[in-house]
Parts: sequence; structure tokens; C-alpha cells
Amino acid sequence: MMAALVLFPWAAALLLALLPGQRLSARLNAAASVVGLVLAVGLVLGPEPAAGLLHLDGLNLPLLLIGGFIGATASVYSLGAIHAEAFPPWAGRAYHAAFQIFLGAQSLALLSDNLGVMWVAIEIATLASVLMVAVHRTPSAIEAAWKFFVLAGVGIALALFGTIVLAMAARPLLADPESLLSISALRAVAAGADPGLLSLAAVMLLVGYGTKAGLVPLHSWLPDADAEGPTAISAVLSGLLLNAALHAILRVGSIIGLNAEAISPAPFLLVLGLASLLLASLALWRRRDARRLFAWSSIEHIGIAAICFSLPGGAAPGMLHLIGHSLLKSAVFYAVGRAIILKGSQKIADISGLATSHPALGWGLLLGIAGLAGLPPFPLLMSEIRLLVVAAIFNPWLLILLLLGLFTAGAALVTALTKLCWGPETPDAPAPAGAPMAGGWTVLGPVWLHLAVAALLAVGLPGPMGRMLAAAAGVLQ
Amino acid sequence: MGFGHIPFDVSHALAGGMLLMSFVLLYQRRVPGLIAALATQGGLLGLAALWQGWAQGAAGLYLTGLIALVAKAVLIPWALSTLVRRLGMHGSVQTALGIGPSMIAGVGLAALALVVALPVAAGGSALAQEDLAVALSVVLLGMLVMIARRNAIGQVVGLMSMENGLILAAVGVQGLPLLIELSTAALLLVLALVAGVFLTGIRERFDSLDVAFLEDHRGERR
Repeated sequence: MMAALVLFPWAAALLLALLPGQRLSARLNAAASVVGLVLAVGLVLGPEPAAGLLHLDGLNLPLLLIGGFIGATASVYSLGAIHAEAFPPWAGRAYHAAFQIFLGAQSLALLSDNLGVMWVAIEIATLASVLMVAVHRTPSAIEAAWKFFVLAGVGIALALFGTIVLAMAARPLLADPESLLSISALRAVAAGADPGLLSLAAVMLLVGYGTKAGLVPLHSWLPDADAEGPTAISAVLSGLLLNAALHAILRVGSIIGLNAEAISPAPFLLVLGLASLLLASLALWRRRDARRLFAWSSIEHIGIAAICFSLPGGAAPGMLHLIGHSLLKSAVFYAVGRAIILKGSQKIADISGLATSHPALGWGLLLGIAGLAGLPPFPLLMSEIRLLVVAAIFNPWLLILLLLGLFTAGAALVTALTKLCWGPETPDAPAPAGAPMAGGWTVLGPVWLHLAVAALLAVGLPGPMGRMLAAAAGVLQ
Repeated sequence: MGFGHIPFDVSHALAGGMLLMSFVLLYQRRVPGLIAALATQGGLLGLAALWQGWAQGAAGLYLTGLIALVAKAVLIPWALSTLVRRLGMHGSVQTALGIGPSMIAGVGLAALALVVALPVAAGGSALAQEDLAVALSVVLLGMLVMIARRNAIGQVVGLMSMENGLILAAVGVQGLPLLIELSTAALLLVLALVAGVFLTGIRERFDSLDVAFLEDHRGERR
């Protein structure tokens, strides 16, 4: 069952790479992603699978569910936007195949109990997303893809080095070298391993996977990649890839944290998270491009999640924040993507007055941005309040920095919200000849579904959602 | 096992040769020279893996070594030289950092790697410990090459050199599982990067491989 979550998308990718018809590929892509979601839900309902090379626990299960869900809605959105993206024939094939390869690799990265396999999966996801960012071949897209590729290449190279050093540390303690990269085996021996090697591994892995997670100062690829690729890709990059990278950091942290003498990754994660939050909260004010704005907001939120996970007792709010951010950010990207198609421009000044000109889309966008700014009734408000409580207990000075960052960023987003949704109405771009502007449901459906699920999570927090978060926090102890 | 034992000395010599090539990459201005140094480093890595395979009695390392020899010492350098010839880039490369400062920075990084790696691996064998120090130096110098070169070829060469350092560290860990898979996957990354230079047609669009030209396209759209 777990293997199907990886192998099914890859089989679909093979098929999509061979099919010439773009419309058909887009439909099959959506169908395959929905099957992926069903498989992910099957993990919850089915019997608990035995752990082997792949494993399932409270930490990766919620991320897999969110991954399946966003994969499905992004492919539906992509189905509606396929005309507007206007791919050349080969690019359509490459795009759809890369989309499924990305989804499979993403699941593998979350499911793997082996650090080597996890690294390979994150590498494959990176290669697939570079391809998807570059697919338009405009100078800006190539620049974005090249920057992403070079930075991510350095990042994953360092992560592999860290992985090897970790194995080196465990080598004298493990009788069976086959289990040298297994997370569970490493956790069992971490306490007795050489602390110096573990510290070196911690730094390398944090910098390596931190690049992929978009933490400041390793973030500079993210705004470019989010602004230049097809919009569905911005949604999966911000919604899924960042989660997988942060998940890798948490897994590694859960191994190294067991050794009392090795340097703890938590303070480093705290500093990177704070830097992300504070820099992004300022950068958000200066954005004129709508997709760059929301890319910076991803940097802000991944920073907040990193801060949560670095504090004692912060794992549950951190998880809630990751999930809430993924849901809301992808909804916002769908709505913004649609608005960009309608208005023919990515500039915030050109997308003004959406709530009056296109009420269903405009209000969806408005609620999504409000949620990202930390307004009710969405889960980010709750995770941020819980974070503030945890931070106040940890250190009051941290509380001041957090409040500063959260309010500055929230205010920037609300300012953008008023411009995008309420400002003076801008005229729509004339519809390109031969490309029907129909297919609004492929945008409105995912946007409102995401908003509904996010609100439901916030409401269901005391019940099943609370248990899920507690289980995730339990894994990291 | 220590100084004076053949397996130890040979693996040291090979790793030391790789580090030497990293410094060559740092001061070499001409693109063909850069590629030749990279090919030599790849070849030394292949030999180091074969030697470790013999010393550790691990058959998997022979395969890793052969892959490194074929891909890194022959195929990739050949592809890069073809590309360079086609683009007519025989001249020198623009460097962001002068030779002097980059050599000083390189020596500093190698010293840093020794300071970091030698004490930490005190528990392991001397071989693994010193291999780790050299591998870390190669990785850090690869990063420096990427920073010091302004063009796409220089960045690809730097990343490949980093990757050589990674594999050197990996072959030093006795019985590391998935070694072949990991080294192949790391190679895939480099191959994709080389393919990217070929396919994206950076040359066609910008008439140069100097990535500084790309910077006109960064930032906010106007």
C-alpha cells in the first residue's frame, strides 16, 4: 500500500511521457493525482502497514495526506489552466510526466525509513521541479530554473555529505552495515555515537535540506521559482516540496537530538526560522509581483514552522502550521493564477478590485490571504497563538521578536489583500483567440475546497486533528 | 593501520591528489584546463574507489570506481569539451575573485576542514578520519570554485568537484549500503546540470555562458 503511493504516480508519469495529446494528458494527470489521494487516504483507513524500507508514523501521515490532497487539486487546477499556459507539444508531455514524478518522489521522501533513499527521493523531486519551472523557456524562467538548480544542487550535495558523515558516526556501533542509513537503527545507537561526527552531520544536513526548505539565507531560489513556472507548480513547490525538506530536517534532528554531547540542531533551526520570519516580513512590503509576494509569504511561514519545531513543546503547533500553510497557500496560488490569466499581468497593481469584478474568485482569494495573515477562522491563527505561548515560556525576548515579525508580515499581507481584492477595478485582458475562458470550476472548486478544509481543521482541532498533531509531536520526542 | 602501510599510503596519495586538483581548479583560468583538471580529479576518485574496494574487500566499490572512471574521467569531460569547442570558448574565464585571494581562501577552507574533521573522527580509524578531512576540503573547495567563477561552466565544474568530494567520503565508510545507488544518483544530478547547459540554450539566448547576463532577468518584472 505504501509502495503504491510511490509507484503509481511513477507508472502514470511513464504513460504521460508517451502520450502526445495535451488535453488528454491533463485529464489523465488529474485522474492519476486523484487516485494518489485515494491511496493516501487508504493509509489512514487500512491496517497499519509493517515497517521496512518504508514506514508510516504520526509525523509523515498528515504530510502524506496533505501531499495527496494538494497534488489532486493542483492537477485539477492545471487542467483548467492548460490553454493559458500554451505549452509547445513536447513541453506538455514533459510537464505532466514531471508532475507525477514529483508527486511520487515527494511521497517516497516522506515515507522512507532510509536516509539514503530519502535523499535520492528529494533529489528526484528537485530535478522534476526544475524541469517544471523551466518549461516555458523564457529568459526569466531559465534564469529561475538555473538559480534553483545550482542552489538546490549545492544544498542536496551538502545533505548527502551530512548523511554519509552520519553513517560514519554510526558505523562502529552497528553490527549490520545494511541498516547503516536506517532512521530507526540510527536512533537506536545515536546516544553512543561520536558526538563530533554527529555535530558535523547536523550542520551539513541542516544547511543542505535548509536550502530546499527555503530558509533564509538559503532562500533566494524560491521567489524566482514560484514566480516563473506554471502556477500549479508554485502551489506544489510552496505546498509540498518545502514540507518534505523540513520533514527531512526534523527526522535528522530526531536522531542527532538523542545524543546529549552533540550540538543540538534546535538553536540553529530557531535562528534560521527567525531570520526567515523577520526578513520575509520586511520583504513582503516591497513586492509588486503577486506571485513573488506569496513566495515570500512561504518563506515567512516555513520560518514560523521551523521556529515552532525548534522549541520544546512546539512540535504540535509546528505541524498545524505546516498543514494550514500548505492548504491556504496553494488555494491562494490557484486564485492568483486565475486572476493573472484574467488580467494578463502578474503585477499587483494590474490585479486590483477582484472582489467586485469576479466575486467568487475575489472572495476566495481574500479569505485565503486573510488566513495566511493569521486571521480567523483558519488554523494559522491557532498555530501562531500556540507558538506565542510556547515562546513566552521559553524566552520572553523571543516573544517580542515573534510578535514583531508576525504583525509586520500580517499587515503587509492585509495591505496586499486590500489592493488585490478591493482596490479600483482593473479591466480584464481580452481573451486570447481560440482559448476559451471557461473552466472556472477548475479554479473555484479547488480554492473553496481548500478554504473549507482549512476551516474544518481549525474547528476540528480539539478532536481528531488534535490527536493527529499529538501523534506527530510524539514521534519527534 | 597507519603511516607506512601500503593500503593507507596509497589511499592517502589518491585523496591528496584529488585535493591538489581542487586547487588547480581554483587557479586555472582557461576553460580547457579547467575541464582537464576536473577529469583528472574524477580519474583519481575512480582509482581511490577501486583501491578501497581492494583494501576493504568490497565488490560494490569496484563498480563505483568503474562508474567514476568512465563517467567522470572520460564521458563528462568529453561532453563539456565538445560544448566548449562548439561555443568557441577557448579563452580565459572571467573570475569574480582574483587568483591570489581565491588561493588564500582555498588554503583557509582546507585548514578549516582539517580543524573540523580531525578531532571529531577521533573514535574512528585513522584512515576514515583523514579521508573525511580531505573529502570535506574537496567539498568546500568545490563550493569556492562555484563562487569564484562567474560562468555556467565554472559553476558546473564546481558542483562536480563537490560531488567528487562526496563520493570520496562515501567510499571511506566501510560497508555503506546503497553506495552504488547514491553515487549514481549524485552523478545523475551532475548529468542533468550538463544537459541543462546543452538544452536550455543559454548560449542561444544570451550569446554567452556568463550567467551574469541572466541577472538582467532577475527580480521584479517591470
